[in-house]
Amino acid sequence: MKRTQRIAGIGILLAGGFVLFGGLREHVQAAPPLPQQMQHEMATEVKIDNFSFSPATLEIKAGTKVTWKNADDIPHTVVSNDKIFKSKALDTDEKFSFTFDKPGTYPYFCSLHPKMTAKVVVQ
Amino acid sequence: MKKVEDEIKFDHNGDGIDRRGFLKCMAWAGTGTLCVMNGGVMKSFSLSRLGELDPAAAKGELSFVQISDSHMGFNKPANPDVIGTLKAAIEKINALPGNPEFLLHTGDITHLSKPEEFDNVQQILKDAKVKEAFYVPGEHDVAIDEGKEYLERYGKGSQGAGWHSFDKNGVHFVGLVNVVNLKAGGLGTLGHEQLEWLEDDLRAKKSSTPIVVFAHIPLWSVYPEWGWGTEDSAQALSYLKRFGSVTVLNGHIHQTMQKVEGNVTFHTAASTAFPQPAPGKADSPGPMKVPAEQLRSVLGVTSVNFMRGQKALAVVDSNLA
Repeated sequence: MKRTQRIAGIGILLAGGFVLFGGLREHVQAAPPLPQQMQHEMATEVKIDNFSFSPATLEIKAGTKVTWKNADDIPHTVVSNDKIFKSKALDTDEKFSFTFDKPGTYPYFCSLHPKMTAKVVVQ
Repeated sequence: MKKVEDEIKFDHNGDGIDRRGFLKCMAWAGTGTLCVMNGGVMKSFSLSRLGELDPAAAKGELSFVQISDSHMGFNKPANPDVIGTLKAAIEKINALPGNPEFLLHTGDITHLSKPEEFDNVQQILKDAKVKEAFYVPGEHDVAIDEGKEYLERYGKGSQGAGWHSFDKNGVHFVGLVNVVNLKAGGLGTLGHEQLEWLEDDLRAKKSSTPIVVFAHIPLWSVYPEWGWGTEDSAQALSYLKRFGSVTVLNGHIHQTMQKVEGNVTFHTAASTAFPQPAPGKADSPGPMKVPAEQLRSVLGVTSVNFMRGQKALAVVDSNLA
Protein backbone atom coordinates (compact mmCIF):
# COMPACT_ATOMS: atom_id res chain seq x y z
CA MET A 1 0.00 0.00 0.00
CA LYS A 2 2.77 2.40 1.04
CA ARG A 3 4.74 1.60 -2.08
CA THR A 4 1.79 2.44 -4.34
CA GLN A 5 1.37 5.82 -2.67
CA ARG A 6 5.02 6.70 -3.20
CA ILE A 7 4.86 5.81 -6.89
CA ALA A 8 1.74 7.90 -7.31
CA GLY A 9 3.48 10.81 -5.58
CA ILE A 10 6.42 10.69 -7.97
CA GLY A 11 4.01 10.57 -10.87
CA ILE A 12 2.33 13.82 -9.77
CA LEU A 13 5.69 15.52 -9.25
CA LEU A 14 6.83 14.53 -12.72
CA ALA A 15 3.61 15.79 -14.26
CA GLY A 16 3.99 19.09 -12.38
CA GLY A 17 7.55 19.50 -13.60
CA PHE A 18 6.48 18.83 -17.15
CA VAL A 19 3.73 21.43 -17.06
CA LEU A 20 6.10 24.05 -15.60
CA PHE A 21 8.76 23.35 -18.21
CA GLY A 22 6.21 23.50 -21.00
CA GLY A 23 4.97 26.84 -19.69
CA LEU A 24 8.45 28.34 -19.68
CA ARG A 25 9.18 27.21 -23.19
CA GLU A 26 5.97 28.78 -24.43
CA HIS A 27 6.98 32.10 -22.81
CA VAL A 28 10.35 32.11 -24.56
CA GLN A 29 8.72 31.36 -27.91
CA ALA A 30 6.18 34.15 -27.41
CA ALA A 31 8.89 36.88 -27.31
CA PRO A 32 9.31 38.22 -30.88
CA PRO A 33 12.93 38.18 -32.03
CA LEU A 34 14.35 41.69 -32.51
CA PRO A 35 15.80 42.62 -35.90
CA GLN A 36 19.59 42.95 -35.94
CA GLN A 37 19.57 46.74 -36.29
CA MET A 38 17.03 47.19 -33.52
CA GLN A 39 19.18 45.14 -31.12
CA HIS A 40 22.08 47.43 -31.88
CA GLU A 41 20.09 50.55 -31.04
CA MET A 42 18.86 49.07 -27.78
CA ALA A 43 22.32 48.89 -26.21
CA THR A 44 24.45 51.64 -24.74
CA GLU A 45 27.55 52.08 -22.62
CA VAL A 46 28.48 53.95 -19.46
CA LYS A 47 32.15 54.71 -18.98
CA ILE A 48 33.77 54.53 -15.56
CA ASP A 49 36.86 56.71 -15.30
CA ASN A 50 38.49 59.15 -12.85
CA PHE A 51 36.21 57.97 -10.04
CA SER A 52 33.02 58.89 -11.93
CA PHE A 53 30.30 57.40 -14.15
CA SER A 54 29.65 59.12 -17.45
CA PRO A 55 27.09 60.04 -18.37
CA ALA A 56 26.01 60.64 -14.77
CA THR A 57 22.39 60.52 -15.96
CA LEU A 58 21.63 58.07 -18.72
CA GLU A 59 18.22 58.27 -20.43
CA ILE A 60 17.13 55.13 -22.28
CA LYS A 61 14.06 53.34 -23.64
CA ALA A 62 12.71 50.29 -21.84
CA GLY A 63 14.43 47.11 -23.02
CA THR A 64 17.84 48.74 -23.46
CA LYS A 65 20.91 46.84 -22.38
CA VAL A 66 23.40 49.07 -20.53
CA THR A 67 27.04 48.04 -20.31
CA TRP A 68 29.41 49.66 -17.84
CA LYS A 69 33.09 49.55 -18.73
CA ASN A 70 35.74 50.36 -16.14
CA ALA A 71 38.41 52.48 -17.84
CA ASP A 72 39.90 53.57 -14.49
CA ASP A 73 43.08 52.08 -13.02
CA ILE A 74 41.25 51.30 -9.77
CA PRO A 75 38.45 48.71 -9.39
CA HIS A 76 34.87 49.93 -9.08
CA THR A 77 31.44 48.37 -8.68
CA VAL A 78 28.02 49.20 -10.14
CA VAL A 79 25.39 48.74 -7.44
CA SER A 80 21.73 49.80 -7.56
CA ASN A 81 20.64 51.80 -4.49
CA ASP A 82 17.54 49.60 -4.43
CA LYS A 83 19.51 46.37 -4.88
CA ILE A 84 18.01 45.73 -8.34
CA PHE A 85 21.40 45.10 -9.94
CA LYS A 86 24.89 44.60 -8.54
CA SER A 87 28.18 43.94 -10.28
CA LYS A 88 31.25 42.29 -8.83
CA ALA A 89 34.35 44.46 -8.42
CA LEU A 90 35.30 45.41 -11.98
CA ASP A 91 39.02 45.66 -12.58
CA THR A 92 40.41 47.85 -15.37
CA ASP A 93 38.68 47.09 -18.72
CA GLU A 94 36.15 44.72 -17.16
CA LYS A 95 32.46 45.13 -18.01
CA PHE A 96 29.05 44.63 -16.44
CA SER A 97 25.68 44.67 -18.24
CA PHE A 98 22.07 44.98 -17.17
CA THR A 99 18.93 45.21 -19.30
CA PHE A 100 16.30 47.70 -18.10
CA ASP A 101 12.83 46.34 -18.93
CA LYS A 102 10.66 48.59 -16.78
CA PRO A 103 10.37 52.40 -16.94
CA GLY A 104 11.58 54.27 -13.87
CA THR A 105 14.60 55.96 -12.31
CA TYR A 106 17.40 53.69 -11.15
CA PRO A 107 19.99 55.41 -8.94
CA TYR A 108 23.24 53.49 -8.47
CA PHE A 109 26.72 53.93 -6.97
CA CYS A 110 30.11 52.31 -6.51
CA SER A 111 30.01 50.38 -3.25
CA LEU A 112 33.80 50.75 -2.88
CA HIS A 113 33.78 54.53 -3.41
CA PRO A 114 30.23 55.56 -2.46
CA LYS A 115 30.84 59.20 -3.44
CA MET A 116 30.53 57.90 -7.01
CA THR A 117 26.81 58.13 -7.78
CA ALA A 118 24.79 58.21 -11.01
CA LYS A 119 21.40 57.14 -12.38
CA VAL A 120 19.64 55.49 -15.29
CA VAL A 121 16.27 56.93 -16.35
CA VAL A 122 14.15 54.43 -18.31
CA GLN A 123 11.23 55.76 -20.38
CA MET B 1 75.16 61.93 24.00
CA LYS B 2 75.32 65.00 21.82
CA LYS B 3 72.36 67.28 22.29
CA VAL B 4 69.94 67.33 19.37
CA GLU B 5 69.19 70.89 18.33
CA ASP B 6 65.74 70.40 16.83
CA GLU B 7 64.04 70.44 20.19
CA ILE B 8 60.88 72.53 20.56
CA LYS B 9 60.07 74.01 23.95
CA PHE B 10 56.97 76.18 23.54
CA ASP B 11 53.83 74.77 25.03
CA HIS B 12 51.39 77.68 25.22
CA ASN B 13 48.19 75.69 25.49
CA GLY B 14 49.49 73.05 27.85
CA ASP B 15 48.55 70.42 25.29
CA GLY B 16 52.07 69.40 24.55
CA ILE B 17 52.04 70.84 21.05
CA ASP B 18 53.12 74.24 19.84
CA ARG B 19 51.98 75.36 16.43
CA ARG B 20 55.42 75.94 15.03
CA GLY B 21 56.56 72.57 16.29
CA PHE B 22 53.57 70.83 14.83
CA LEU B 23 54.00 72.47 11.45
CA LYS B 24 57.70 71.69 11.49
CA CYS B 25 56.90 68.09 12.25
CA MET B 26 54.32 68.04 9.45
CA ALA B 27 56.81 69.43 6.95
CA TRP B 28 59.15 66.61 7.69
CA ALA B 29 56.53 63.87 7.62
CA GLY B 30 57.40 62.75 4.11
CA THR B 31 61.08 62.43 4.76
CA GLY B 32 60.77 60.76 8.14
CA THR B 33 60.47 62.41 11.52
CA LEU B 34 60.45 61.15 15.04
CA CYS B 35 58.15 63.11 17.31
CA VAL B 36 58.59 62.31 20.98
CA MET B 37 56.42 63.77 23.69
CA ASN B 38 58.19 64.23 27.01
CA GLY B 39 56.54 65.89 29.99
CA GLY B 40 54.14 67.73 27.71
CA VAL B 41 56.87 69.10 25.48
CA MET B 42 57.22 67.77 21.99
CA LYS B 43 60.63 67.03 20.60
CA SER B 44 61.05 66.30 16.95
CA PHE B 45 64.04 64.74 15.32
CA SER B 46 64.85 64.19 11.69
CA LEU B 47 65.20 60.50 10.95
CA SER B 48 68.58 61.17 9.40
CA ARG B 49 69.82 62.25 12.84
CA LEU B 50 68.41 59.33 14.82
CA GLY B 51 71.96 58.18 15.49
CA GLU B 52 72.36 61.12 17.85
CA LEU B 53 69.36 60.06 19.90
CA ASP B 54 69.42 57.90 23.01
CA PRO B 55 68.20 54.50 21.75
CA ALA B 56 65.98 54.03 24.83
CA ALA B 57 64.17 57.29 24.04
CA ALA B 58 63.66 56.24 20.45
CA LYS B 59 62.22 52.88 21.39
CA GLY B 60 60.08 53.70 24.43
CA GLU B 61 58.30 51.02 26.45
CA LEU B 62 56.39 49.61 23.53
CA SER B 63 57.12 50.01 19.87
CA PHE B 64 55.15 48.69 16.93
CA VAL B 65 54.91 49.39 13.22
CA GLN B 66 52.04 50.26 10.93
CA ILE B 67 51.93 49.44 7.24
CA SER B 68 49.00 50.13 4.96
CA ASP B 69 47.52 49.83 1.50
CA SER B 70 49.80 47.15 0.09
CA HIS B 71 47.23 46.60 -2.74
CA MET B 72 48.67 43.23 -3.69
CA GLY B 73 47.57 42.53 -7.28
CA PHE B 74 47.83 46.16 -8.46
CA ASN B 75 49.97 46.24 -11.61
CA LYS B 76 49.33 49.61 -13.29
CA PRO B 77 52.02 52.16 -14.26
CA ALA B 78 51.89 53.96 -10.86
CA ASN B 79 53.70 50.87 -9.50
CA PRO B 80 54.07 47.69 -11.56
CA ASP B 81 55.94 46.00 -8.67
CA VAL B 82 53.88 46.13 -5.47
CA ILE B 83 55.60 42.91 -4.33
CA GLY B 84 59.00 44.63 -4.51
CA THR B 85 57.86 47.69 -2.57
CA LEU B 86 56.13 45.60 0.13
CA LYS B 87 59.36 43.63 0.53
CA ALA B 88 61.26 46.94 0.81
CA ALA B 89 58.85 48.00 3.58
CA ILE B 90 59.56 44.78 5.48
CA GLU B 91 63.31 45.36 5.09
CA LYS B 92 62.82 48.85 6.51
CA ILE B 93 60.98 47.40 9.50
CA ASN B 94 63.66 44.77 10.08
CA ALA B 95 66.33 47.51 10.07
CA LEU B 96 64.63 49.54 12.84
CA PRO B 97 66.60 49.88 16.08
CA GLY B 98 65.13 47.27 18.43
CA ASN B 99 62.54 44.88 17.07
CA PRO B 100 59.00 46.28 17.12
CA GLU B 101 56.57 44.20 19.17
CA PHE B 102 54.05 43.74 16.41
CA LEU B 103 52.75 44.99 13.09
CA LEU B 104 49.43 46.67 12.30
CA HIS B 105 48.13 46.54 8.73
CA THR B 106 45.44 49.19 8.24
CA GLY B 107 43.79 47.61 5.22
CA ASP B 108 43.75 47.31 1.46
CA ILE B 109 46.02 44.35 1.98
CA THR B 110 44.94 43.21 -1.48
CA HIS B 111 43.71 45.00 -4.58
CA LEU B 112 40.80 42.68 -5.44
CA SER B 113 40.31 40.35 -2.44
CA LYS B 114 41.68 37.39 -4.42
CA PRO B 115 43.00 34.38 -2.46
CA GLU B 116 46.34 34.47 -4.31
CA GLU B 117 46.75 38.16 -3.42
CA PHE B 118 46.18 37.41 0.28
CA ASP B 119 48.62 34.46 -0.05
CA ASN B 120 51.33 36.72 -1.49
CA VAL B 121 51.07 39.24 1.34
CA GLN B 122 51.06 36.48 3.96
CA GLN B 123 54.20 35.02 2.42
CA ILE B 124 56.04 38.37 2.34
CA LEU B 125 55.02 39.33 5.89
CA LYS B 126 56.55 36.08 7.19
CA ASP B 127 59.93 37.78 6.81
CA ALA B 128 59.01 40.66 9.13
CA LYS B 129 60.84 40.43 12.44
CA VAL B 130 57.74 40.98 14.56
CA LYS B 131 56.01 38.58 16.93
CA GLU B 132 52.49 39.24 15.72
CA ALA B 133 50.44 41.05 13.12
CA PHE B 134 46.99 42.61 13.46
CA TYR B 135 44.71 43.67 10.62
CA VAL B 136 41.62 45.63 9.68
CA PRO B 137 40.15 45.37 6.18
CA GLY B 138 40.11 48.09 3.53
CA GLU B 139 37.34 48.32 0.92
CA HIS B 140 39.55 46.40 -1.53
CA ASP B 141 39.70 43.45 0.90
CA VAL B 142 35.92 43.07 0.95
CA ALA B 143 35.34 43.88 -2.74
CA ILE B 144 34.36 40.48 -4.08
CA ASP B 145 32.68 38.42 -1.39
CA GLU B 146 31.55 40.92 1.26
CA GLY B 147 34.70 40.11 3.21
CA LYS B 148 34.31 36.32 3.49
CA GLU B 149 37.87 35.56 2.39
CA TYR B 150 39.24 38.30 4.67
CA LEU B 151 37.36 37.00 7.72
CA GLU B 152 38.43 33.43 7.07
CA ARG B 153 42.06 34.55 7.20
CA TYR B 154 42.08 37.38 9.74
CA GLY B 155 38.72 37.28 11.48
CA LYS B 156 39.61 34.84 14.28
CA GLY B 157 38.45 36.27 17.61
CA SER B 158 36.88 39.31 15.94
CA GLN B 159 33.28 40.56 15.90
CA GLY B 160 31.01 41.45 12.99
CA ALA B 161 32.97 42.48 9.90
CA GLY B 162 36.29 42.00 11.75
CA TRP B 163 36.43 44.59 14.55
CA HIS B 164 38.45 43.58 17.61
CA SER B 165 40.50 44.86 20.55
CA PHE B 166 43.56 43.75 22.52
CA ASP B 167 45.94 45.01 25.22
CA LYS B 168 49.72 45.37 25.01
CA ASN B 169 51.94 46.76 27.79
CA GLY B 170 49.02 48.64 29.31
CA VAL B 171 47.97 50.20 26.01
CA HIS B 172 44.50 49.31 24.71
CA PHE B 173 44.27 48.76 20.94
CA VAL B 174 40.98 48.82 19.02
CA GLY B 175 40.71 47.75 15.35
CA LEU B 176 37.59 49.16 13.68
CA VAL B 177 36.00 48.34 10.31
CA ASN B 178 34.53 51.26 8.33
CA VAL B 179 34.47 49.78 4.80
CA VAL B 180 31.33 47.61 4.73
CA ASN B 181 27.66 48.46 4.06
CA LEU B 182 28.62 51.81 2.57
CA LYS B 183 25.66 53.95 1.46
CA ALA B 184 25.33 55.74 -1.88
CA GLY B 185 26.84 59.22 -1.68
CA GLY B 186 28.28 58.56 1.77
CA LEU B 187 31.65 58.11 3.46
CA GLY B 188 33.13 55.27 5.49
CA THR B 189 30.69 53.80 7.99
CA LEU B 190 31.11 52.07 11.35
CA GLY B 191 27.45 51.24 11.89
CA HIS B 192 25.27 50.92 14.95
CA GLU B 193 26.33 47.41 15.94
CA GLN B 194 30.05 48.24 15.93
CA LEU B 195 29.52 51.54 17.80
CA GLU B 196 27.63 49.69 20.53
CA TRP B 197 30.44 47.16 20.74
CA LEU B 198 33.02 49.97 21.00
CA GLU B 199 31.17 51.73 23.79
CA ASP B 200 30.98 48.45 25.65
CA ASP B 201 34.62 47.57 24.96
CA LEU B 202 35.86 50.87 26.43
CA ARG B 203 33.53 50.91 29.44
CA ALA B 204 35.81 48.99 31.81
CA LYS B 205 38.97 50.88 30.80
CA LYS B 206 40.44 53.51 33.13
CA SER B 207 40.66 57.03 31.68
CA SER B 208 44.43 56.90 32.18
CA THR B 209 44.74 53.93 29.77
CA PRO B 210 46.41 55.02 26.52
CA ILE B 211 44.17 54.08 23.60
CA VAL B 212 45.22 53.34 20.03
CA VAL B 213 42.39 53.07 17.49
CA PHE B 214 43.20 51.79 14.01
CA ALA B 215 40.90 51.62 10.98
CA HIS B 216 41.27 51.86 7.21
CA ILE B 217 39.39 55.03 6.19
CA PRO B 218 40.36 58.11 8.24
CA LEU B 219 38.19 58.71 11.30
CA TRP B 220 38.48 62.46 10.75
CA SER B 221 37.26 64.48 7.77
CA VAL B 222 40.37 64.66 5.62
CA TYR B 223 38.46 65.43 2.40
CA PRO B 224 34.83 64.30 2.29
CA GLU B 225 34.55 65.27 -1.39
CA TRP B 226 36.75 62.25 -2.14
CA GLY B 227 35.13 60.11 0.50
CA TRP B 228 38.08 60.57 2.86
CA GLY B 229 36.22 60.49 6.13
CA THR B 230 33.81 58.37 8.20
CA GLU B 231 30.09 59.21 8.55
CA ASP B 232 29.67 58.22 12.18
CA SER B 233 33.20 58.74 13.52
CA ALA B 234 32.02 61.57 15.82
CA GLN B 235 30.00 59.00 17.75
CA ALA B 236 33.06 56.77 18.13
CA LEU B 237 35.25 59.70 19.20
CA SER B 238 32.70 60.74 21.83
CA TYR B 239 33.38 57.44 23.61
CA LEU B 240 37.09 58.30 23.63
CA LYS B 241 36.76 61.81 25.11
CA ARG B 242 37.42 60.81 28.71
CA PHE B 243 40.77 59.17 27.90
CA GLY B 244 43.97 61.15 28.40
CA SER B 245 45.83 59.78 25.40
CA VAL B 246 44.16 58.64 22.19
CA THR B 247 46.03 57.90 18.97
CA VAL B 248 44.10 57.16 15.78
CA LEU B 249 45.96 55.38 12.98
CA ASN B 250 44.45 55.17 9.50
CA GLY B 251 45.40 54.39 5.90
CA HIS B 252 43.32 54.69 2.70
CA ILE B 253 44.63 58.07 1.46
CA HIS B 254 48.14 56.82 0.57
CA GLN B 255 49.96 59.76 2.15
CA THR B 256 51.02 60.78 5.65
CA MET B 257 48.98 63.39 7.46
CA GLN B 258 48.64 64.37 11.10
CA LYS B 259 46.12 66.34 13.10
CA VAL B 260 45.74 66.96 16.82
CA GLU B 261 42.32 67.64 18.27
CA GLY B 262 42.12 67.85 22.06
CA ASN B 263 43.25 64.52 23.49
CA VAL B 264 43.27 62.80 20.10
CA THR B 265 46.17 62.58 17.67
CA PHE B 266 45.16 61.47 14.18
CA HIS B 267 47.67 60.00 11.79
CA THR B 268 47.43 58.49 8.33
CA ALA B 269 50.13 56.21 6.95
CA ALA B 270 51.69 56.08 3.51
CA SER B 271 50.92 53.15 1.20
CA THR B 272 53.50 50.51 0.40
CA ALA B 273 52.09 50.35 -3.16
CA PHE B 274 51.38 53.73 -4.80
CA PRO B 275 50.86 57.39 -3.82
CA GLN B 276 47.61 59.32 -4.13
CA PRO B 277 47.27 63.08 -4.69
CA ALA B 278 46.94 65.59 -1.86
CA PRO B 279 43.27 66.46 -1.14
CA GLY B 280 41.73 68.35 -4.06
CA LYS B 281 45.02 68.55 -5.97
CA ALA B 282 43.79 66.35 -8.83
CA ASP B 283 40.51 65.56 -10.63
CA SER B 284 40.15 62.31 -8.72
CA PRO B 285 41.92 60.41 -5.94
CA GLY B 286 43.34 57.82 -8.39
CA PRO B 287 46.91 56.44 -8.27
CA MET B 288 49.47 59.21 -8.75
CA LYS B 289 52.21 58.50 -11.26
CA VAL B 290 55.64 59.72 -10.21
CA PRO B 291 58.99 59.10 -11.93
CA ALA B 292 60.22 55.58 -11.13
CA GLU B 293 63.26 56.86 -9.25
CA GLN B 294 60.99 58.88 -6.93
CA LEU B 295 58.43 56.16 -6.22
CA ARG B 296 60.00 54.78 -3.06
CA SER B 297 60.29 58.26 -1.56
CA VAL B 298 56.48 58.54 -1.50
CA LEU B 299 55.82 55.05 -0.10
CA GLY B 300 56.54 54.12 3.47
CA VAL B 301 56.12 52.52 6.86
CA THR B 302 55.17 54.08 10.18
CA SER B 303 56.68 53.13 13.50
CA VAL B 304 55.07 54.09 16.78
CA ASN B 305 56.73 54.33 20.17
CA PHE B 306 55.00 54.56 23.49
CA MET B 307 56.55 55.77 26.75
CA ARG B 308 54.56 55.86 29.96
CA GLY B 309 53.83 59.33 31.33
CA GLN B 310 53.75 60.95 27.92
CA LYS B 311 50.55 62.38 26.53
CA ALA B 312 50.91 61.15 23.00
CA LEU B 313 52.69 58.34 21.25
CA ALA B 314 55.69 59.10 19.08
CA VAL B 315 54.76 58.43 15.48
CA VAL B 316 57.56 58.14 12.93
CA ASP B 317 57.06 57.93 9.19
CA SER B 318 59.87 56.76 7.01
CA ASN B 319 59.85 56.31 3.28
CA LEU B 320 61.16 53.30 1.35
CA ALA B 321 63.87 55.18 -0.52
